[in-house]
Order: sequence, then C-alpha cells, then structure tokens
Amino acid sequence: MDALTRLQERTWPAEGPARVPFWAYSDPEVYQREQDRIFGGPNWSYVALEAEIPNPFDFVRATVGEKPIVVTRDANGSVNAFANHCAHRGVVFCRHARGNARSFMCPYHQWTYDPTGMLIGMPFRRGHKGKGGMDPGFKLQEHGAQALKVAVRNGAIFASFDHAAPPFEEYLGPAMLGYYDRVFDGRELELLGYMRQRIPCNWKFMFENIKDPYHATVLHVFLITFGLFRLDQKSAVEMDETGRHAVLISRRGEQSLNETTRDMTNFRANLKLNDPRLIEALPEFPGDMTVVMQTIYPNVIVQQQSNTLAMRQLVTRGPQAFDLNWTFFGYKGDTPDLRQRRIRQANLMGPAGLVSVDDSEVIALSQEGAAVYPETSSILEMGGRSTADTDHMVTEAGVRGFYKHYIENMGFDHAG
Amino acid sequence: MLAEAKAIAPPAPARSAAELHSELGVLNTEYAHALDNERFDDWLDLFVEDCLYRVVPRENHLLGLPIALIHCESKGMLKDRVAAARDSTMAEPRTLRHFIANIRVIEATDAEVRAEANVLIVQTMINRMTEIVLAGFYLDRLVRQDGRLLFRERLCIYDSLLIPTSLVAPV
Repeated sequence: MDALTRLQERTWPAEGPARVPFWAYSDPEVYQREQDRIFGGPNWSYVALEAEIPNPFDFVRATVGEKPIVVTRDANGSVNAFANHCAHRGVVFCRHARGNARSFMCPYHQWTYDPTGMLIGMPFRRGHKGKGGMDPGFKLQEHGAQALKVAVRNGAIFASFDHAAPPFEEYLGPAMLGYYDRVFDGRELELLGYMRQRIPCNWKFMFENIKDPYHATVLHVFLITFGLFRLDQKSAVEMDETGRHAVLISRRGEQSLNETTRDMTNFRANLKLNDPRLIEALPEFPGDMTVVMQTIYPNVIVQQQSNTLAMRQLVTRGPQAFDLNWTFFGYKGDTPDLRQRRIRQANLMGPAGLVSVDDSEVIALSQEGAAVYPETSSILEMGGRSTADTDHMVTEAGVRGFYKHYIENMGFDHAG
Repeated sequence: MLAEAKAIAPPAPARSAAELHSELGVLNTEYAHALDNERFDDWLDLFVEDCLYRVVPRENHLLGLPIALIHCESKGMLKDRVAAARDSTMAEPRTLRHFIANIRVIEATDAEVRAEANVLIVQTMINRMTEIVLAGFYLDRLVRQDGRLLFRERLCIYDSLLIPTSLVAPV
C-alpha cells in the first residue's frame, strides 16, 4: 500500500507503534475520533486539585478534551463535575474561572443548576396567567447539566464523560498507582499557582515528549549540564500493562566531564550559575529517585523534578493546537525553605521555563513539519521496536507503548 | 473578580512630581530599548544587586499564589536568566517590542518610589504574523543610587492568561 492510499484510508503503517503517520497530528477526522473515543471514552482525565475547591460550594472551571466543565464541592463536601453547557440553549453558563456559588444560573433564560449539576428551576415554568410555560410532564431532574463520573484520590480530581470508566486505581494499574501515590501520599496539598500557554501543536507531541527520555538527554542544556536528567544516571522507563501510562525516572548526577557527557553537544562543562540556589534541591521523597515524570493517559503529566511538583494538563484546541495548564503545588506544612525552593525551581518549568521552553519550541516545529508532510511517518526505533520497560533512557519504548494503546483505542487498521 | 481595589495614595509633592514622572519615563524607555535590542547587560544595570524580578500571571497575583513564570530574587539569578536566553535555550528567533505607557507614581518617599505602568509586548517571528506576547502592568519599587533611580523590585503582572508558545527572554 502506498503512502497516499494509507493517508486516504487512514491505515496505520505496517510497523505498528514503531511508526506514527504524520496525518495523525493534523487530520480533523482523527481529532474528532480522539474526542469521541479517548477524551469522551472510558478514560480518566485530570480536571483539578481538591486544594482548588477546599470549601463547600467552591467551584472551578475545567476542561476534558476540549469540552468545558465545572468541578464543584457540594454542601456535603463531595466533589462533582458536570458539563458547562446549559441543557436548554447550550450556553457555557458558568462564566467565572472559580468562586463559591450555591447555584449556577444560565444568563440566557435563567435556567438554574445546583452544585451537582441538577436543574432546579427556570422562570415561567408554569407560564403566565395560565398561558404558555413548559409541558406539565417536563421533569427538571431529567434535564440537568450532563454529569461526569468523578474519581478523587489523595488530592487530585479526575473525571470521565463515560460512566463505564473503570475504578481509577484499576485504570492506573498497580505499578503506576505506586508512582502516583509517591507524590499524592495523602498529605494535604497547598496550591502554589498556575502557568498557562497555548502551543500551536497537536496534543500528542506534548504527551509523547514526556514519554521520550532520549530527547531530554540531548536537547536540554540545563538538565544535561547540571545533571538533572542525563544518560549516564541510573534511569528507567516503566509503563502500565497497556502502555498508555508511563513514568520516566532518574537520579541527579554531577556536572562532570566523562565518557558520556563528552559526546553531548549540549553539555557545558564551564556553565556556572551566578546564583546556584536556582537548582539546589532538598531530598524529600523516600528512595534515591530525584525525578519522576508520570504521564497519565490521556491528559496529564504529573511532574516531580527535584522540588517542583506540578500537574501539566493538556486541553486540546483542534488538531493543531493545545493549551498546557500547569498547576504547581506543595504540601501543607512545608517549611518556608522548601516552599521557597519550589518557587525558585519553577523557573525551570512552564512557558518561560529554562528547560521547558526547549520543549514547547521544538514540538511547535514538529507540528510545522508534520502538518505539511502528512503522507510521511515518524520513525520510533530507538531501543528497537519493543514496548517493554527499560532501565535506561536511550529508548522510545514509552512512546511506542503509548501508540500501541492509541492504535487500539482509536480502532485503526494496520497496513498488511 | 476582575476588580482590584487599590489604596489611593496622597500625591507626591507637586514640585517634584513632574520631574519624577519624566525620570520614570526615561528609565522605562531605556528598559524597553535594552530588551528590544537584546542589550541584556544594559538591562541588568537597571537593577540593584539585591533585587526581585518576577513575571506573574494575574490570576496568581489576585489569588495571592506565589508561583511566577520567571522568579529572580537576586541580580545573580537575573544574570543566569539572561545567559540562558542568550546561549542555552533552544528557541525560534524572534524580535520583541515593548510598549510601556500610563506611568503612574503610587507613592514617593526619600527612601523609595513605588510606581506602575502598563505594558504591551508584541513579537515577530519567521512565517508568522506579528502577535501579542502579553498585556499587563509593571509594579515597581525603585531606589536612588548615585543619583539614578534603579529597580529594587519589578513585577510584570500580565492579564493574558495564555502565553503564545513560550517566553524566552526577560520582559
């Protein structure tokens, strides 16, 4: 089958997850199928931290895929999520980013919802002077805002439009749940702040970027030079059994010229910081891992690099753009010193991050090429074609693991 | 939630107000010119050693959350930022242009001047239309050293929720 036919029929290359056809990053039909099957399917999307809605009637706007939702804490303290989409005329009725509200009134015809998304009233439901109004058979309780299934675990909130989503713990699998619980260990979280950026690039390039340790050890001067994440350090790529979730693990090393760093163009033996407090970290987790980056399918990266903790949430904005929302946090009871280190080290992350800028810039360039060469395919053969876990970072196994699952989730056929 | 209360400070003595305003105008012009032309060493010279420079999303500012896009709590950190922007960051070439306006003195004492100003920054890159990087305001604390006003603290608080792709150099 030639490339053009594969493109027209959207058939995955015969090499399977060792290739990604570039049409997967720009095709509007593929994007729509992702919205239906992945973001609208029985998967858990990260939506908010509990620390954002600590009190009864607190709410925060969030997004699943590209669909706006509202996440609330109700009078009983339970967390709810529902579509920010009036059942009547479609209005995105919650217009504030966050706040505290006992009800949500749509501005158009004043249909009103309670903090669980239940429709509780509308003006002139019984008409006026015996005329008009809703049919007497109309039941408010059947026309609430579409409810999402909610999972809360140790401070983070996940939601799914598909109520057939399995329990969150089962969805992560035992190994990935262990890494999740390493950061979300039950301590109360402190919200430290947000960063947000829009990147002209398909969401998958970002998600893959954090499954790809190979780029990190060649691209990022800061990670390589200061030994924050580098080839010569004890590292690993681990996945759940489906391949959709993964962790990149490493341990901090020295800024020393050795057999490995000598081969790294971006290793700078002479780069010295004027104020090294920027990267001075305190060990705070059990064990010797200093960086664990976890991708939870389909929309979040849990970042633990030194003392920076953040949720990097992906919001899709069409096939060729996404928003990356960073929510930084620490723990209630952090010492002022540790809290200050989290704030300082956040300089490495986000839209102006001394490390992260490299990524946002380079994936935008990937998109620029992918969009106009849809008939070609990306080669993912670093570390062979296996999707098994590795104890090193010279591999793209994590990206292949993701595509193994993606192809299945999307129902793509392989070329013969 | 967008309304932001500000204490109304008594005006500085009339005699020096115009002078001070003009001095701030010159300082901000020099600031913009240094950054727009990537004269980062000249930009660094506008700060005292013990300085604070932060680029802060307005939502964090309003909610009292401490995270900043750029957080430099010494001139050393400013220098490291500049070095990274100049040498180590992989970024598409771009030209930035700062428009600083509506300079306003909040309070002026012998020890310190507190001031603010609006800022709009646009960037131009290859193959793209010129676009807005951010719109926001500066919140400053300035001190006089050897007769010139220098920044002890400059916060750039931006309204634009989303940064287009990335912010490479200081703003």
